[in-house]
Amino acid sequence: MTALLLLPLLLPCALPVLARRALARLAPAAALWAVTLCAVALAGCSLAALGAFVLIGLLRLPLFAAFGEFIHPLHTASALIVVPAAATSVGVLAVCCWTLVRSVLRQSRAFRIARTEAGRRPAAGDLCVVDSPRPDAYALPGRPHRIVVTTAMLRSLDGPEREALFAHERAHNEGGHHYFLAAAELAAHCHPALRPVRTTIRLAAELAADEAAAARVGDRRLTARAIARAALAGHAARTPRPDFAAAATTGPVPQRVQALLGAPGRPRAGRAVAALLIACTALSGAAAAAGLVDFHHRVEVAQGEETP
Amino acid sequence: MTEDARDERRPAGGLEASVMAALWAADGPLTPGQVQAGLGADLARTTVTTILSRLHDKGVVERQRRGRGFVYFPVQEVQDAHGLTARRMHTELDRDSDRETVLARFVAQLNPDDERILRDLLESDG
Repeated sequence: MTALLLLPLLLPCALPVLARRALARLAPAAALWAVTLCAVALAGCSLAALGAFVLIGLLRLPLFAAFGEFIHPLHTASALIVVPAAATSVGVLAVCCWTLVRSVLRQSRAFRIARTEAGRRPAAGDLCVVDSPRPDAYALPGRPHRIVVTTAMLRSLDGPEREALFAHERAHNEGGHHYFLAAAELAAHCHPALRPVRTTIRLAAELAADEAAAARVGDRRLTARAIARAALAGHAARTPRPDFAAAATTGPVPQRVQALLGAPGRPRAGRAVAALLIACTALSGAAAAAGLVDFHHRVEVAQGEETP
Repeated sequence: MTEDARDERRPAGGLEASVMAALWAADGPLTPGQVQAGLGADLARTTVTTILSRLHDKGVVERQRRGRGFVYFPVQEVQDAHGLTARRMHTELDRDSDRETVLARFVAQLNPDDERILRDLLESDG
């Protein structure tokens, strides 16, 4: 029983590698869906497993055993394992809950600000221009959707490049990418191994929007140039500050530009990685379910309602 | 006219955004012809003029008579609440890292190697 419940806690460790594979092999929009759903499912299963550990530990205590009207002792693994596991789970769950609640509050606050402002009368179509010397642009989901662009960003791009930028931001809004980003954020707080997956999901959302923008403006090179130029303008405008943790790998922007400049590529066969993602999710769900069913059975036995 | 047919496929809001962006990107006031040249999209001159007067009616664009026509420029200090709230929202969301988590940004921060890689990519692309 205990071993089964360990599986949902261990499986998320495989997801970062699988997610990167999926993004390399699948079309960005498909990878975005697959990886996000998988991350959310694994996060849910790992929380369920932790909850089960807590319950098992509690029911070993005489007070809770009496409360559960046990007539036989609950048959579990040795108390030497069960009690520390329960104590650890309580701690981990408490930390998870705290970061989850904080994240939900912050995100809903940011969304509320965005929605309130975006709901006002449009300045020019769906465009909000902010007079600022720092090049920046982002999609602002809400009713109606908006795109916010600073004057410095508008000035660092030419006309066709601005169209590519707008198409990219509109693709984020139309694709509901903010839901995926929010889900990735929540999953990242549920299990430490899901934190790098959040980065992959963000990149998948950007790549999906890039592809949509390239299709919309009908020019992959133009889209690539707009992204590169916007990034370089933003980089130049930023005040230099010491970079303590220089990333060893290439950042997301060159990856996006490279993806657009490369062949409009039919994604390589992604069936294997898709199957692995599904297997990972199914295994985690089945292990959590089997563990919980088994636990329930043992409780019934302890209550004298079922025979072992 | 084929140009009009192409224009009609795009939502009016998108055209207004493009025209507004061209005005903001320019250094000074623009004639409708200059706006048309600065746009990424192929738009008929009449369409550009129509959009400019619509933006003027909304109060987000100012115009001055020059010669036989008008020159247009964006309203810098927006008297209606919209420009101000956009700016306030920008500073508000900029304050903490939450924006990173909920809003999809066009370009992320570059790390030191990225700049070199990007320039190489742009150069090799010609």
